[in-house]
Amino acid sequence: MNRKGVDVLVGLFVLLGFAALVFLALRAGNMSSSLGLGETYQVVAKFDNIGGLKPRAAVRSAGVVVGRVVSVSLDDQTFQAVVRLELDTRYKFPKDTSAKILTAGLLGEQYIGLEPGGDSALLAPGGTLTLTQSAVVLENIIGQFLYKSAAEGDKK
Amino acid sequence: MNSAGTVSRALSWLGDRMAATGRATRFFLRLSYLSVESLRRPRLIIDQIHFIGNYSLSIILVSGLLIGFVLGLQGYYTLRRYGSEEALGLLVTLSLVRELGPVVTALLFAGRAGTSLTAEVGLMKAGEQIDAMEMMAVDPVARVLAPRYLAAVICMPLLAALFSALGVLGGYLVGVVMIGVDAGAFWSQMQGGVDWLRDVGNGVAKSVVFGFTVAFVALHVGYQAEATPEGVSRATTTTVVVASLAILALDFILTALMFS
Repeated sequence: MNRKGVDVLVGLFVLLGFAALVFLALRAGNMSSSLGLGETYQVVAKFDNIGGLKPRAAVRSAGVVVGRVVSVSLDDQTFQAVVRLELDTRYKFPKDTSAKILTAGLLGEQYIGLEPGGDSALLAPGGTLTLTQSAVVLENIIGQFLYKSAAEGDKK
Repeated sequence: MNSAGTVSRALSWLGDRMAATGRATRFFLRLSYLSVESLRRPRLIIDQIHFIGNYSLSIILVSGLLIGFVLGLQGYYTLRRYGSEEALGLLVTLSLVRELGPVVTALLFAGRAGTSLTAEVGLMKAGEQIDAMEMMAVDPVARVLAPRYLAAVICMPLLAALFSALGVLGGYLVGVVMIGVDAGAFWSQMQGGVDWLRDVGNGVAKSVVFGFTVAFVALHVGYQAEATPEGVSRATTTTVVVASLAILALDFILTALMFS
């Protein structure tokens, strides 16, 4: 093989290797947003407690994935968690849709479940979901259970 | 008299081992020094990268993809029991980047490139080419061995990265495309759990160490080989055995150091 052919092949090999390194380092970064969903619109939901909800978690309605969590932040006026959701434009929801934070399986990943209401007006892009239900925090439930059983023990 | 003979034989055996270790260390230092020198002749190194790296590409890429398939399937079957199939991406990527990528690549590399290096150097010796070079006042270690050494050390991390990347792709194909794990959770759990410095960086560091190991073992064994057909064949076998064991032993030590 001639000189240039070897150089080109070696260059290709080195480039491929570095491309693989970059892919691993960025952890295939925005691959899912470019492959997963088409056109989207954003809405905001405010929760008292989001538990372990993370950006990029799924948003489901009736079990079907209809969008993703874009970002999670804290509103320092109301001390509520502000969750930005991005929903597929194919799906429209009524204005009084409620959002719940649910868990897949007992210890699985947390996601947002949307339950459509009966309003005829639709949720506009940039709108806010006002009816929300916080994540279930296991420690709180155990705490309540212990408190309750201790109270019952005192009565006896 | 008899026991004294046993003791003196044991001592001389120990002495031989020591001398062999000393020779190997001297050879390692000389090779490392001369491989830096050989940067002045980049042509030789590029030819060797072509021979060692490009020709190993097919076996590395195909094995990476297949290992990714298997990890995807096995991981899914186990994770399904705990209802956490979404963690599949994390499982596949962490196992590949931390362990399987560097180790399996190094084992394949020892089999694919290490043996050919040993056989090449051993046959050059058997064909008296090495002696001829010495007669012409050309240092065979600098001219023949050093470029091969450097090329192998450069190729190894790149091949390991390609192996891991293809493995992640294989896990994605089986997990998401074939079985139907949610693509967003697959990537987001992966991105949430894999640290680029701690996991990917340490994996690369491992593969660099393995590159040095394979290249050194292959060239040392080839250069010390008996200059006969049997000697070369024995040397080739020795390369695979010694390099593989060294890789696995080093991997244990490196893992204990890096991820404790």
